[in-house]
Amino acid sequence: MYKVIIIGAGISGMSIARELSKYENLKIIVVERKSDVGWGVSKANTALIHGGYDDDPDLYPVRAKLCARGNDIWRKWVKELQIPSVWNGALVIAKNDEEMKELEILLKRGERNGVNGMRIISKEELLKMEPNLSPDSQGALWIPSVGQIAPIPAVVALAENAVDNGVKIIFDSPVEKIKVKDGKVKGVRVSNGFIEGDIIINAAGLYADEISKMAGLDYFTIHPRKGEYWLFDDTAGPKPKHVLFPAPTKKTKGVVVTTEVSGHLMIGPNAKDQDDKEDLANTKEGLEEVWNKAKLIWPKLPPRSKVIRTFAGLRPETKKADFIIKAEEVYGFINVAGIRSPGLTAAPAIAMEVKEIIERDLGIKLKKKNKWKPYRKEITHFFMLSPQQIREKIRENNAYGKIVCKCNKVSEGDILEAIERMKKIGIKVPSIDSIKFRTKATTGTCQGSFCRVKIAVILAREYNIPLWKVTLKGRGSEIGVGDVKSLLREVEA
Amino acid sequence: MSKIYRFTCIVCPLGCYVEAELEGENLKIQGCKCPRGEEWVRSEIFEPKRVLMSVIKVKNGVYPVVSVKTDRPVPKDRISQIMRFLSNLEISAPVKIGQVIVENVLDTGANIVATKDVEKK
Amino acid sequence: MIYDTVVIGGGPAGLAASIKAREEGLNVLLLDEKDYLGGILPQCIHPGFGLHYFKEDLTGPEFAHRLIEKLEDMGVEKRLTATVLDITVEGDKKKVKYVSPEGLESVATKSIIYASGARERHRFELGIVGDRVAGIFTAGEAQTLMDIYGVMPGKEVVIVGSGDVGLIMARRFALEGARVKAVVELMPYPGGLARNIVQCLQDFSIPLYLSHRVLEIRGRKRVEGVKIAKVDDNLESLPGTEFDMPCDTVIISAGLIPRIKLLKKLGVEMDANTGGPMVDENLETSISGIFVAGNALLINDLVDYVVEQGEIAALSAKKYVEGSLQPSRRIRIRAEGNLRFVVPQYVSGKRDVILYGRVKKPQEGAIFKFREIGEERRYPVVKPSEMFKIKLRVERIPSNIRELTLEVK
Repeated sequence: MYKVIIIGAGISGMSIARELSKYENLKIIVVERKSDVGWGVSKANTALIHGGYDDDPDLYPVRAKLCARGNDIWRKWVKELQIPSVWNGALVIAKNDEEMKELEILLKRGERNGVNGMRIISKEELLKMEPNLSPDSQGALWIPSVGQIAPIPAVVALAENAVDNGVKIIFDSPVEKIKVKDGKVKGVRVSNGFIEGDIIINAAGLYADEISKMAGLDYFTIHPRKGEYWLFDDTAGPKPKHVLFPAPTKKTKGVVVTTEVSGHLMIGPNAKDQDDKEDLANTKEGLEEVWNKAKLIWPKLPPRSKVIRTFAGLRPETKKADFIIKAEEVYGFINVAGIRSPGLTAAPAIAMEVKEIIERDLGIKLKKKNKWKPYRKEITHFFMLSPQQIREKIRENNAYGKIVCKCNKVSEGDILEAIERMKKIGIKVPSIDSIKFRTKATTGTCQGSFCRVKIAVILAREYNIPLWKVTLKGRGSEIGVGDVKSLLREVEA
Repeated sequence: MSKIYRFTCIVCPLGCYVEAELEGENLKIQGCKCPRGEEWVRSEIFEPKRVLMSVIKVKNGVYPVVSVKTDRPVPKDRISQIMRFLSNLEISAPVKIGQVIVENVLDTGANIVATKDVEKK
Repeated sequence: MIYDTVVIGGGPAGLAASIKAREEGLNVLLLDEKDYLGGILPQCIHPGFGLHYFKEDLTGPEFAHRLIEKLEDMGVEKRLTATVLDITVEGDKKKVKYVSPEGLESVATKSIIYASGARERHRFELGIVGDRVAGIFTAGEAQTLMDIYGVMPGKEVVIVGSGDVGLIMARRFALEGARVKAVVELMPYPGGLARNIVQCLQDFSIPLYLSHRVLEIRGRKRVEGVKIAKVDDNLESLPGTEFDMPCDTVIISAGLIPRIKLLKKLGVEMDANTGGPMVDENLETSISGIFVAGNALLINDLVDYVVEQGEIAALSAKKYVEGSLQPSRRIRIRAEGNLRFVVPQYVSGKRDVILYGRVKKPQEGAIFKFREIGEERRYPVVKPSEMFKIKLRVERIPSNIRELTLEVK
């Protein structure tokens, strides 16, 4: 039995955990510094399953290899794990001759990377496909294989399935030290103890460089690149039918205009390098940049009053900009670092890659479990039920008849199921965000002003803690400072 | 030594800007457009009072607090004392609207009265 | 079985409508999505309610209690924790589909009184950038936490918006021992009543920043501070005036928006100025038999107005059910000059009507003029914080007129 420690419960870490949970001679533990899965890099991105035409195989061979492969595997995974997804294809829009030439390059590159079904389409066909595009669009590259998924629900699904297959996750446990002896890894120290391990997989996202350094490997650094987004009310449009890209630049694929999985128009991201790995603030400049760039391809943006949220994410960039996925000279230490775009797309392929590394480079023969469970069921979503199903669910438990989130029609029953799953994967600090990402509560027109308190009341009851200790997004983000009289009693004391 | 007070009158929507100068017992009011305003300014200077409202903790209730008020205005300068006093109180459910929770709170002559029902859990 | 009227929303408008409709002998069903009646009244624990309606100064919970008691005495049929999912209209019959812990129901009704209240604007709608962390609440959310669930949201508070709700929350926080560091108002004048400026801010020495805007909220896990700037006459931030204010809590109290999603879905004619539906003097929408009252119709500043609208809607529903409601969408009333809106937007011209309105900015010596009539009235002072009522007298309305303009100069 080999003990495997995966550092980081993001899309990479959980994909790897799920893949490795197929083998009976691996005992897997995932350590995560935050209070839930998928709250780092995986949380805020464009949520695209890319085609694989963008990654130059000469410059970024690992990305080029894993992107198209990941796209392929996701199609199976979303079914097995019931992850919300749409496969509506993408258009890369060219506005002038130079950009039309760029499309030719992308097409060739895509073909080299094994992307199927791509073709360059004329202005006429393009405007028929997307009549609301800027009329100065000249043509586009059509990539039918591009899809969209809900990224955190994907990580949640992977985590639930992995736990169901024997993986353990420990939350709120930042890694403090990695023990290496005689050139081999021995384990990691977290705040409340030491965890022994024979294999350590560093999937720590923005902190992968620091984790790697703890194992004595400091040949790369991660620098954060911020991307900002606007999200509109579901009633606001027009919305594109496909994912729309401008012709790409070296640094990014550009500001995307898309209708995301839940049916909201979304625009973003820009790309701005920064030093701080915790600075997720939206900036006026960044948002305006996104707005102006999106307007170039999608001139009919809804008014600002229809914006329901702005957000930002950080991509973990390395100097070489390619993924670092390899067994290191410290035996048992595997880096999965610099997983920037297309990391979400590549995640399943990254998991396969890690499995191969364990067999090939660590020389461990993996034995398949007889009873590995590939399937995971999504929780009930009231808004997806038929009238007949609603009636049945309410008969089973009347909590399904209590609508908590009015905007998105999320019932208390949905929330109770989410809480049960949270407990099952080991979440100790209850947070409203954990409910938000599992149920879509608080993400509608009112942005939670009606339901956040109600969700907190349910969480406090189910976790048996005082209401003010419920958090918004994990430890340190409690919704209150005490009971309503606590400040006056302090004065007294 | 005289003392100057400045107010926005709250008696009517006009919201007159008022300056009052107090010299010993002598009060000079400027800017009021009506006698009701002057009266209000006088009471604001000599004995400002407010109806106080807050919540009090409830044990075993369907809700953990009940809203309360003073049943008559209390001197403004006693409010923080009353608030501190209330912060240490906890009463048991059920609570009925109109129920007197504290009689003659801190000798102000006002009672603390519940303004809603809280049933027992 | 077919109800005479289904009332959607159990706040003051819906309660008043249900009581009045029942008094008038209608067969009423009241639906409310919360597990208690009264709408936002139970969390508005301050006095100042009911001076007109009950001729007494009551707190919000007391005002609600009186209405609820009356409702129960009248035996009005009600469902709590009942969320309306859909409304369908077929000719003069309507169906209301709702879900509650008892199941999924679809009830038939002759009329609907829509009284679903308003929602609060949130920080993203205001364009406040920065971090998305704990410690940011809408005023109503903070009020629910404190006064219904007994939780103290924070210690050092900045309030965005000086409307009455924001001012009252400033006082609530100060009373319970929090430090309210600022109330920040975009406009050059306060949004709330002078009385609340005195009793909520001055009593507690809370600074009011007029012509200022919160640009940014910063913090890692919880709010650590805000960035504030002065604005010019066009409400644009003035470069170089930015300053940081440390705090752990930001309360957004920057206006309410009528909740009218279901009406919109039905294609009811809307008024961009009120954010609510266009109604006639019967408070009937463009779909006959659907009436609107309270903050779903327009944002009111007194509960007394809300109750009044509930009662008008109920009386109209009664006439509608009897078949005696006169179509009143004849004369369109338009707001001009320093007038943001006027409600109702249509009148019949056959009877006196009280119009509600709100000005855009404070003005002394304002002249209200019905242009086509030539009638003028002078008000010594008007403010956006106070809705006005003005009577339109039928004998002054020329016949054959299709449009009336109310302007404020």
